[in-house]
Amino acid sequence: MSEALAAVETAGTDLSVPAVSGARQFWRRLRAQRAALVAAVVVALLVLVALAAPLLTALEGQDPTTYHPTLIDSARGGVPIGSFGGVGADHWLGVEPQTGRDMFARLVYGARVSLGVSLGATLVQVALGVAMGVAAGLGNRWVDLVLSRVTDIFISMPLMIMALALLAIVPGSFPRPVLVALIIALVSGWATTAKMVRAQTLTLKNLDYVAASRLSGWSTWRTAVRELLPGLAAPVITYAALLIPSNISVEAALSFLGVGVKPPTPSWGQMLTSADVWYQAAPQYLLLPALALFVTVVAMTVFGDGVRVALDPRAASRLRIGTGRKREARVDTAVPSGEQRKEDRP
Amino acid sequence: MSGFTGFVLRRAIGAVVTLFVLSVVIYVVFYVTPGDVAQITCGPRCSPAQVHQVAQQLHLDDPLYVRYWHFLQGIFVGQDFSTGTSVEHCAAPCLGQSYQSGRQVTDILLAKLPVSFSLVLGAMVIWLVLGIGTGVLSAWRRGRLSERVLTAVTLAGVATPVFVIGLILMIVVCGELQLLPFPQYVNFTDDPEQWAWNLLLPWLSLALIEAANFARLTRASMLETLAEDHIRTFRAYGVGERAVIARHALRGATASVIALNAVTFGSAIGGAVLTETLFGLPGIGQELVHAVKVVDLPVVVGMVLVTGFFVILANAVADVLYAVADRRVVLA
Repeated sequence: MSEALAAVETAGTDLSVPAVSGARQFWRRLRAQRAALVAAVVVALLVLVALAAPLLTALEGQDPTTYHPTLIDSARGGVPIGSFGGVGADHWLGVEPQTGRDMFARLVYGARVSLGVSLGATLVQVALGVAMGVAAGLGNRWVDLVLSRVTDIFISMPLMIMALALLAIVPGSFPRPVLVALIIALVSGWATTAKMVRAQTLTLKNLDYVAASRLSGWSTWRTAVRELLPGLAAPVITYAALLIPSNISVEAALSFLGVGVKPPTPSWGQMLTSADVWYQAAPQYLLLPALALFVTVVAMTVFGDGVRVALDPRAASRLRIGTGRKREARVDTAVPSGEQRKEDRP
Repeated sequence: MSGFTGFVLRRAIGAVVTLFVLSVVIYVVFYVTPGDVAQITCGPRCSPAQVHQVAQQLHLDDPLYVRYWHFLQGIFVGQDFSTGTSVEHCAAPCLGQSYQSGRQVTDILLAKLPVSFSLVLGAMVIWLVLGIGTGVLSAWRRGRLSERVLTAVTLAGVATPVFVIGLILMIVVCGELQLLPFPQYVNFTDDPEQWAWNLLLPWLSLALIEAANFARLTRASMLETLAEDHIRTFRAYGVGERAVIARHALRGATASVIALNAVTFGSAIGGAVLTETLFGLPGIGQELVHAVKVVDLPVVVGMVLVTGFFVILANAVADVLYAVADRRVVLA
């Protein structure tokens, strides 16, 4: 590589600093937002609970799949015996109606499914979206046309209905949580990511440092990996952070409908399927999974929004960290970036 | 005007092309799966004789493009099905036949669509009124406590899954307070008043979540307009704050609200699946969940195609309306 090109490349890295930003700068901007900080703590706790699920249930001395027929009143249709659905020293959050399975254990293991499926789906969505978007942005006219058409079709498909339909034809032997994650990823998320990445690629392509690497004869692949991807990191991370809560909702919805994660694997959505029948006898059977879902999705959404503000150079220029002008920071939080609003315009 | 007509025409052709490609994708995904297509289509409970019949109806011996051609033919001119002993005619928009119930998919859809439309269109009125209203209010009261509360509420609304809101509404309103009976669908043509009362909760649970999105969007684009120079000029001329909000800032938000409404329509069809299942409404969502559980493939494919059609249509209509609201789009 020539000296001049090296200089251009370094300059290029400097140019992309506001978009990518150093990790330290990112944390400072994230910390400046109180709500995002609280949400980050909640998210960290949830991840911890999910990771430590076997440990926590061992501490309680229960597991999520054992039936406890002695703890339910079969004469009354399987209502848990005892107050508040059988809450006690043995069963911290009571037991499930009809089966007597431990609620705490199912809730804690449910966090694994919820977070695992949504993270897995998000990874696939991002990988697919970036690959398609960069290919469309860097490819010739025809590549771009075909890929953009395919992307548009996936955007215009009703996600929930497509996911349901696909679940009908896949054989039951396939590991269910993996399958649900894959199907969520295939029918949603990646297409909007691809559209955003394509637009971003088209902008970056014409910047001097990327043009220089193209003109100096680097392969398209090398240009994409070395020059484009770092510039795409900020918008893609922002987008991924907001895909996670939406994936959590979709997984819960599919399991609620009885076609997602199948029992005995516990899932919050699945727990709510028959909760309306039991709400009087065992209110915690409805409230706990609903609350878990609500808290998780809200925390993830607020955290994702915080990440967006911390990475968005447009918002950052008006943030004025450390000058005590929190009000302005708050206004910026709620205004979607230009990129997001353009998303609504096909 | 010719520029505008051209734009509408281009958009219509685009929609038709998208629909065509969607039909190919759906056909390939569902009828060209590895394994015994006839067995999968017919479902796990079919007898070998039925499977053989299905293989004939799907023309499984023919090459792929011929099979797809038959599929299209069914949709546009109808198809004849031999049921072994007799020949049954499936009229023009023929989407095949359910092998579980023996009914034609088109008939099933026609019976279920009014319910789903009642749900989604009614909810749309609520989410537009509530969403835009909240958005206007929070843009107007920006910086005050009421605006912060509204922002927090809308954030919670965006984040809550539709069936959680629906469950809680149903239990509180129908179960605890007993303000309404548990919803039971009544045809609009039978009794419009009962129709509305029974759909009130489903409408609300579907609309509350979508309304939050509209509130956020309306607020954001109004704040953007309010920051522009011409608004400052209006204020300098002494135009009152209410008039500025109502006449000028809101107008700036119109185009993006229209665009969002099309996207929301698509996601609301998905949300309708959940709402219908939760409240026991006999719409296409409930039918689809049932068809998925018993693996009734012709019904599943028909539902996906028809909902895809409505989503594509809604997107095209929204684009045209957007162009009416903001003529600069036509030039682009």
